[in-house]
Amino acid sequence: MTLTATAPPRTTRPPAPLRRFLARLSPYAYITPFFALFAAFGLFPLLYTAYVSLYRVELQTPGQMEWRGLDNYTSLFGDEYFWTALRNTFTIGVVSTVPQLLMALGLAHLLHYKLRGRTFFRVTMLLPYATSVAAATLVFAQLFGRDFGLINYLLGLAGIDPVDWQSGTVASQIAVSTIVTWRWTGYNALIYLAGMQSIPADLYEAAELDGASRWRQFLHVTLPGLRPTVLFTIVVSTIGATQLFGEPLLFEGSVSGGISHQYQTLGLYMYEQGWGFFHLGRAAATAWVMFLLIVLLVLGNTFVARRRGGKETER
Amino acid sequence: MTTLAAPQPTREAETSSRPARRPRGGRAGGQQHGGRVAYAVLVVAALFSAFPFYWTIVAATRSNAELAASPPALLPGGNLMHNFRQVLEQADIGKALLNSLVVSGSVTVGTVLCSTLAGFAFAKLRFRGRNALLALTIGTMMIPPQLGVIPLFMLIARLHWVNQLQAVILPGLVSAFGVFFMRQYLLQALPDELIEAARVDGASTARIFWSIVVPIARPGMAVLGILTFMASWNDFFWPIIALTSQEPTVQVALRQLGGGYVHDQSVIMAGTLLGTLPVLVVFGLLGRQIVGGIMQGAVKG
Repeated sequence: MTLTATAPPRTTRPPAPLRRFLARLSPYAYITPFFALFAAFGLFPLLYTAYVSLYRVELQTPGQMEWRGLDNYTSLFGDEYFWTALRNTFTIGVVSTVPQLLMALGLAHLLHYKLRGRTFFRVTMLLPYATSVAAATLVFAQLFGRDFGLINYLLGLAGIDPVDWQSGTVASQIAVSTIVTWRWTGYNALIYLAGMQSIPADLYEAAELDGASRWRQFLHVTLPGLRPTVLFTIVVSTIGATQLFGEPLLFEGSVSGGISHQYQTLGLYMYEQGWGFFHLGRAAATAWVMFLLIVLLVLGNTFVARRRGGKETER
Repeated sequence: MTTLAAPQPTREAETSSRPARRPRGGRAGGQQHGGRVAYAVLVVAALFSAFPFYWTIVAATRSNAELAASPPALLPGGNLMHNFRQVLEQADIGKALLNSLVVSGSVTVGTVLCSTLAGFAFAKLRFRGRNALLALTIGTMMIPPQLGVIPLFMLIARLHWVNQLQAVILPGLVSAFGVFFMRQYLLQALPDELIEAARVDGASTARIFWSIVVPIARPGMAVLGILTFMASWNDFFWPIIALTSQEPTVQVALRQLGGGYVHDQSVIMAGTLLGTLPVLVVFGLLGRQIVGGIMQGAVKG
């Protein structure tokens, strides 16, 4: 749309100084469409969230703002369910991310072999990534059904009593984590595979000449070479886990994340504040807490990775 | 078809499409042949990946009573059309599919266009503030847009856009990843000499963009387009805030299906199947390119 406007007029050539001026300006014309949208719908909302979090704003009347100072934060920290959500976000985050990344690493290692039909394997591994949170969660909610779910049926075949995947705290969190793991393991495996392919082959040849076994090659060539990729996936997964929302919302379809909030995450808590209790100011405060949490976690991850990286090179 | 894939993965994808003729051991390019165990594990993993899709089909083609039976049905039944009719009545999946097509189509075209324009400027043009603006773009790439939904909602409400498709389309066009992706692509794919030569011939920047940059950027634009389409189709958080069941996208309709109003599991699964089918078709046609795009983005990101 803006394109036609940016093209310098070709029919009538403006005088030289003006042309030079336009030429100097023209690069900005190329970034303007993106940055105009970015400013309005990306940057502004992020910054304005902090501002809104200091006001009382109700969902029905988002135009009316009433100054509240830090009240939203005090009531947030005084709310038992906020702490439950924070704890749940952490436990679900760990249960969904750690096995997921380890499995992805193993699968990537296997995919890195010369394989028949490797395109088939890669595409199939990525299939879950193509499904939406909503679709995946609805299917898994059915599989995890207490009375008629396939998973409990299979457990029954193995002689295990049916598990209440909805109301048990541990069970429901495992179920929600399973959905996350299913959707993202293949994606992360491909990311690791890409990292492995960029490790120079002569490193492996040298290791083999030294008589290193496959396992030792994996430990001492693959893993160190993969360090930046691993850090990248950890950061991305951490961010994803911190804002987990769709899976706990649709697992039973309630904004409270189960009867006793047993699997409510911070993302869902924020939604409940805003669109369940019509309290946009408090939802904004939750968003800011989540933002600070993400910054802390990412810095923490990077710090740990750097230190461990340092130790590795010292050896 | 092959031109769609990004340069690096193409080469590999082509060689891999030929069956490995010599399944003997030994290495080439740092890769060993996979053993039986490797295949076994990969097949199991592939089954786990694919099973929920199969199960969706099974459940969507059965009746609710059959799903509750023990042992449960493991093969597709003949109830699909009945379930489809039910879901079209109970949740407006037809309208949702159309809306999703409009939203994802517009978001894809707009994002690819904006990203190519900005990516070109960042890769090949010199201007004041370039590095600072690029740093700002990359820096915000990691911040989840979910954290900005409250002011965004207030903005949309003030514009009276709630329940209108542009409320989902315009914010969807903001893709810092897209700009970064196209910049990286053009840095590598577009030689400076080509631009210099065109300038010597008196071509304006706009002309250079349309006649030189776009043709060269096309494979990258295609990959970005596919990834954007899938992400937009599957976008969940913002659409359920900005839209309601009167003007739903597929994800909004699925949320409605899962929200407890529909009790028939087989009907819910039929809706899930309808909502997932379009992305699955895209994935089936372009799966290899999508794999290539994600792996390429990973190496560079």
